[in-house]
Amino acid sequence: GFQNASSPLMEQLIFFHDHTLTILILIISIVGFNLFSTMHNTNIDQHMMESQGLELFWTIIPSFILIFIGLPSIRLLYLLDEVYNPAITIKTIGHQWYWSYEYSDFINLEFDSYMIPSNEMEMNMFRLIDVDNRMMAPLNSQVRTLITAADVLHSWTVPSMGIKADAVPGRLNQVNFYTNRPG
Amino acid sequence: MSEEGAAAGGAAGEGGAGDVEEFVLETAPFDPRFPNQNQTKHCYTSFLDHKRCVKARGEEFAACDYFRRVYTSLCPNAWVAKWEEQIQAGTFPGNI
Repeated sequence: GFQNASSPLMEQLIFFHDHTLTILILIISIVGFNLFSTMHNTNIDQHMMESQGLELFWTIIPSFILIFIGLPSIRLLYLLDEVYNPAITIKTIGHQWYWSYEYSDFINLEFDSYMIPSNEMEMNMFRLIDVDNRMMAPLNSQVRTLITAADVLHSWTVPSMGIKADAVPGRLNQVNFYTNRPG
Repeated sequence: MSEEGAAAGGAAGEGGAGDVEEFVLETAPFDPRFPNQNQTKHCYTSFLDHKRCVKARGEEFAACDYFRRVYTSLCPNAWVAKWEEQIQAGTFPGNI
């Protein structure tokens, strides 16, 4: 499954995923049951050649199912591309092998963020994920993150917000997210 | 990774009755010329616009400051430093 969502877009993605997966599981169970029971049924009907009604039924029903899946999908697709006026801009620059963050809206704050190696880890830290200086973002704000790299290709992601973007040298990739949960 | 920040956006801050002042977070707004994910041109164009504005109107002209704030917010400091060096050395490739 997914991590718990920490942004509204990720919540919507998780809901859509659950909705679609439910429909898929229902379809597979119904079809699987029919298949299984037909394979194990030794009765044969010699006169059943075709049935317009049945074929009509199993064409119309899937089209309804597809509409049920497609409408939330389109809604989410456009929701992900909404334009915002962000409240703050954070620049994320990838190096080998650490990230550096710049907050330049007011004061020019820059810092590097190195991963804490396992041998220096204390209890209650996230192994291989925790860093010495964390990137902080204000709560209940629209944040714009510009991601780039200084040397080679990197990728920056926050799975619980549904964000992933490549850090390409010479290119600024913009990712917007809204922080509605602390942590 | 998030922390409680003081008020973001919204109306101009008042003095505040308590200890905490209302602080308005502002940054480079959405620019419809650059609606997509690639903001490289946004950063570069703001930098060029600031230099051209200063060249045309002088350092003291207040409106040029908008461009300066935009490119400061958007461009990595390393890029800005490199471009400034190139301007000093006369090797800047852009048209100012």
